Amino acid sequence: MNIVPKSSFVLSRRHLLGIDGLTRDEIVGLLDLSEEFVELNRQIEKKRSSLRGRTQINLFFEVSTRTQASFELAGKRLGADVMNMSTGTSSMRKGETLMDTAITLNAMHPDIIIVRHHASGAVELLARKVDCSVINAGDGAHEHPTQALLDALTIRRNKGRLEGLTVTICGDILHSRVARSNIILLNTMGARVRVVAPSTLLPPGIERLGVEVFRDMREGLRGADIVMMLRLQRERMNGSFVPSLQEYAAYFGLDAKKLAYAKPDALVMHPGPMNRGVEIDSAVADGAQSLVRQQVEMGVAVRMAVLEALSRNLPNA
Amino acid sequence: MMMLSERRPILLTNARIIDPSRDLDMAGDLLIADGVIRESKRGIGAAGVPEGTEIVDCKGKVVAPGLIDMRAFVGEPGAEYRETFASASQAAAAGGVTTIVCQPDTNPAIDEPAVVDFVMRRARDTAIVHVHPMAALTKGLKGEEMAAIGLLKAAGAVAFTDGAKSVTNAQVMRRALTYARDFDALIAHHTEDPDLTGEGVMNEGEFAARLGLIGAPKAAETIMLERDIRLVGLTGGRYHAASVTCAESLEVVRRAKDAGFAVTAAASINHLTLNEVDVGSYRTFCKLTPPLRAEEDRAALVAAVASGLIDTVMSDHDPQDVETKRLPFAEAAPGAIGIETMLVAGLRLVHGGAIELAALLKAMSTRPAGLLGLPGGTLKPGSPADVIVIDLDAPWVLDPAELKSKCKNTPFDEARLTGRVTRTIVAGRTVYEYV
Repeated sequence: MNIVPKSSFVLSRRHLLGIDGLTRDEIVGLLDLSEEFVELNRQIEKKRSSLRGRTQINLFFEVSTRTQASFELAGKRLGADVMNMSTGTSSMRKGETLMDTAITLNAMHPDIIIVRHHASGAVELLARKVDCSVINAGDGAHEHPTQALLDALTIRRNKGRLEGLTVTICGDILHSRVARSNIILLNTMGARVRVVAPSTLLPPGIERLGVEVFRDMREGLRGADIVMMLRLQRERMNGSFVPSLQEYAAYFGLDAKKLAYAKPDALVMHPGPMNRGVEIDSAVADGAQSLVRQQVEMGVAVRMAVLEALSRNLPNA
Repeated sequence: MMMLSERRPILLTNARIIDPSRDLDMAGDLLIADGVIRESKRGIGAAGVPEGTEIVDCKGKVVAPGLIDMRAFVGEPGAEYRETFASASQAAAAGGVTTIVCQPDTNPAIDEPAVVDFVMRRARDTAIVHVHPMAALTKGLKGEEMAAIGLLKAAGAVAFTDGAKSVTNAQVMRRALTYARDFDALIAHHTEDPDLTGEGVMNEGEFAARLGLIGAPKAAETIMLERDIRLVGLTGGRYHAASVTCAESLEVVRRAKDAGFAVTAAASINHLTLNEVDVGSYRTFCKLTPPLRAEEDRAALVAAVASGLIDTVMSDHDPQDVETKRLPFAEAAPGAIGIETMLVAGLRLVHGGAIELAALLKAMSTRPAGLLGLPGGTLKPGSPADVIVIDLDAPWVLDPAELKSKCKNTPFDEARLTGRVTRTIVAGRTVYEYV
């Protein structure tokens, strides 16, 4: 059985390197297509054949569990042959450069490469060297477009819209690609975006990206519809950016008390993996207002939509 | 020198002669014989020249002193795959640069008189333009112990610098300035506090935030410069800020000059013609130290060259190959080549009306000669015949493959340029001709 999707949306680009540059219509097209895959993923028969014959390579230079698993499942459910390569197994360990890896993989004629890399701009650099489609699964502190799309889908399904909502993003904005992609997407869709962080974790110039900046979390949460928490890497808690884990949790950790400043029906999100007790309390993470598990579910659907919409634009599609 | 044309006398006729050393801008002819400038005046004519003189009709093109590039990184010794004196000098000649002042960040570093000697011999044997080294200010460029300033100067070093490194220890800097004063040695210092710059790879601000790159604050430069100026006040040494890039640093330089200190400053051609936006989508050829700054800073630098607050303009020539540049932005090496494009890039500012041609040429020839005590940078009769001919209006598109440098990391690849050097004469010999 192979149900033809209702949405015939095509992403008329070769790559998805970031949210930056996507139009409102493209974002809506991807979210609408994702909705169909949410339904499909809840059925017993989850398989489509739209990517049959296609080869998808997941190239992860940085460890990832959920993003990589999510892309792998998405590709397999659409019928692609999926191969995983990560730092542990690739010759990056042997000193091969990013460009050589790109050239090597390109010679194997993949149709889509999913890339995660620790350096901002690395995915774009790789995309220039290959003939296939490239999807950015996170590059440094730059962009993580599928995360922003899955967050948008999660919000839209729960709030019915994105436009006019107040979304507060809290935590390590400086090092966060999730924050950047979300800021761009939410602004494009007409939401109001706030960021909350200690000033050491805010990049100078951030206010120029269309956000309101708050240093006091309670102020930043006041009247918020959505609270998006970001992960704080452990190596940044030891005095280099914030004095200690305890101090960070006290001022910027989301607990029930701080959440009470947001709207009563505010919803809480986290891209994972969570540092429970640091940036988010377990009671909140597992509470009634949490969308964390839904985000993971939406992740697979959104990645299927991105793969499908890009593949419709591939040669011989 | 290699590839020499015979040293016949040369008469450059129908020229627009610009000599910034005498504030001269006139139509006339210039006669060169025996490696020196004989005379420059209107109507020398073919009758009044020695037999066998090569007569060049300049057809109104500019004749100016050869340029002196005060800051160029050449890979010799130790990184010959990146650049040699031979290749750097070919690039220099094509860009109108008749004197290269090479930097000591080599392997080994130029911190011993024997290395100065090696560099000068090697350059004499392989380069087609003059080469003078700056020597290390501290041993091994480590910023800890002063190098042998007296002996290095006697061996031929024209100034002292740790190249692209800053001396972070204020005590070391104070002693070096104090000691150098006894030898009337010039200290050129790259001012960029490495701790404050941290992991920064481009100018701090909106564009770094958008690209997800860690920013380097302007204050890292200004604080180090401010410290140095205080030390100059304490010691009275001769000090040259090797590369200032922002408006705040210009203020510091202005105050130092107003106070009567022996302080001068340079700006790189990159910081005068490009800004942080040129990084675009992670163009590593625009990754520099200090990084490209905001447009306001660029405009302030240009105005400072026009007013003379900035004394010299240099190329900051730094050849990097694909292995160090074809990497993600944060991991790529900083630096851009520029010795061949320094003048033509500067002509953009002239054509745009931001600076007078004579002021630009002064900052690229007369001023560096004065600071380093070199005989060039002038067209006065009796001076060495380091002379260039510039066609101000020739339009062309820069093809990196045609550049003479061994590395092609130019931020001006495929740039549309107006004006080019058509002839470069070093010590009375034509070493480059564009036909």
